[in-house]
Amino acid sequence: MLHNLTIAVVESDRDRAREIIEGLTEGGWTNVKVIGDTVGLARKLGEIDPDLVLIDLANPDRDLLENLSAASGATQRPVAMFVDRSDDEMTRSALAAGLSAYVVDGLRKERIKPVLETAIARFQMVSQMRTELEAAKRALAERKTIDRAKGVLMRAKSLNEDEAYGLLRKTAMDQGRKVIDVAEALVTASDLLL
Amino acid sequence: MTPRQLDCGYVPLVDSAPLIIARALNFDKEEGIRLNLLRQPSWSALRDLLALGHLDCAQMLSPLPIAMSLGLGGIPCRIDALMVLSVNGNTIGVSNALADAMRGNGWDSGFQTPFETGRHLLAAAEAPLRVGVPFPFSMHAELLHIWLERSGLTTPPQIITIPPPRMAEAVANDQIDAFCVGEPWGSQAVEAGVSELILPGRAIWQFAPEKVLAVRHRWIEEEPMTVAALMRTIFHACRWLDKQDNRTLASEILMRSEYLDLSDSVIDRALMGRILPRPGSIGEDVPGFLHFARSGATFPWRSQAAWIAHRLAPRHGLNRETAIAAAKACFRADLYRANLASLGVDMPGASEKLEGSMIHRTAVASVKGDMILGPDAFFDGSIFDPTVVG
Repeated sequence: MLHNLTIAVVESDRDRAREIIEGLTEGGWTNVKVIGDTVGLARKLGEIDPDLVLIDLANPDRDLLENLSAASGATQRPVAMFVDRSDDEMTRSALAAGLSAYVVDGLRKERIKPVLETAIARFQMVSQMRTELEAAKRALAERKTIDRAKGVLMRAKSLNEDEAYGLLRKTAMDQGRKVIDVAEALVTASDLLL
Repeated sequence: MTPRQLDCGYVPLVDSAPLIIARALNFDKEEGIRLNLLRQPSWSALRDLLALGHLDCAQMLSPLPIAMSLGLGGIPCRIDALMVLSVNGNTIGVSNALADAMRGNGWDSGFQTPFETGRHLLAAAEAPLRVGVPFPFSMHAELLHIWLERSGLTTPPQIITIPPPRMAEAVANDQIDAFCVGEPWGSQAVEAGVSELILPGRAIWQFAPEKVLAVRHRWIEEEPMTVAALMRTIFHACRWLDKQDNRTLASEILMRSEYLDLSDSVIDRALMGRILPRPGSIGEDVPGFLHFARSGATFPWRSQAAWIAHRLAPRHGLNRETAIAAAKACFRADLYRANLASLGVDMPGASEKLEGSMIHRTAVASVKGDMILGPDAFFDGSIFDPTVVG
């Protein structure tokens, strides 16, 4: 039974967790459990008794799993997937996708591989969505700051909006800085002065 | 010529300073390299990325290259320590409730009295004591083990891994009773109002190698010139950091958002060696709380590696003798001598010493005449001879 595996996903962000579960379910793995809160991780893993644990490489809680794998005499010993470096291509793409995996109790490689391929694809998608969301948020925040800086200049120097933006750009270019940095400095300075 | 770019991993801590300063003050460019500092979320992520070649070099907990070379935990890979990045710098803290219970037992709240504090801690705590450390293979864990063992703890403590930024939260949630962590996270737990610091790591061992500069063994063979440039860079940064006058500027650089992203007041405490054990308390001066270069701090003593292996081996069912031999090979005193002699750095006559034998600052034979080392005593006065196994 290729798909008869219990998989634990350690992920506190619900949306991300749902995405990953969906991906695995579509791939045929239906026995997927999420650990959202890592308080009492050892006990939770004991209850779920997974064959495989998936966790984001960027998750600081990874060191907790490491603790479990280093504990001697533990019955459940999760072992970092990268220990087996026979498949470098897979290791590379897992790292690139930001996925780390722990295998419990010597699961055979041919059973892990398809799960990881699915998980890697899903992790890639989720991290891309996250990157795009962050970029959009940052762009919005930057636009607000630049608007405020334009407002400061328009008031202080009686400029119209285009002239104000032109002045910001010219200053940034002259100083070899980014427009947003000049705008931030200006907004901070005007907050201090007014 | 464009400098050779090196991807360098670190975990945000006060003792990441040598790497951060090397980059911020351009010590790297002067040696023809450029450090791309890559902040890592966990020690396991940092370890994997170094082992798999995604990082060229990294700041590491001193026991970690030894554990990896011994095949313990995660990826077995030959990782060497080129030099020591920092000595000491940890604090031990307990929950407010436990501190009160200790005072109820007659503890006088002394900050640098390991015997007294240990005795009161053991009397006040319920067994098993739950202690948080940042990583299973860390000086934090080793210091706790010897301190508790030699203070008379009979039930082994439950050592729990907690990422440093979560230490305060773990105390608040009653996941742990105590912790040992690198600064600024101990001070941060005090600021959060959830715990009290009861001991600096230095009170257990006065000269504990804390972080090392780690690289793949094979990379040293592939790029010996880059390795030499990297070592010179970090040595300059460590020497700069050891001057007290420079520490205010260091603190300002470290607090920046791209590095530690914390207020300079908590960072200052470790750099100035003035620790506030309780909120609003008068600071405690801890001489040698954290050093980077003084007393031969950067030298990777093979005896330090041997001590770590001596402690790790029995807990992981390894043969002590072979573990010690492997560990000694990890600490590259040979490269330190070969690559830093041109800077006029004085070198100790030997690469091993009797760990714990120097109660005071002591002049020892060196290549140039003599150099001042120590103190490096253990709190119980024990001495570790790296040549005697048992």
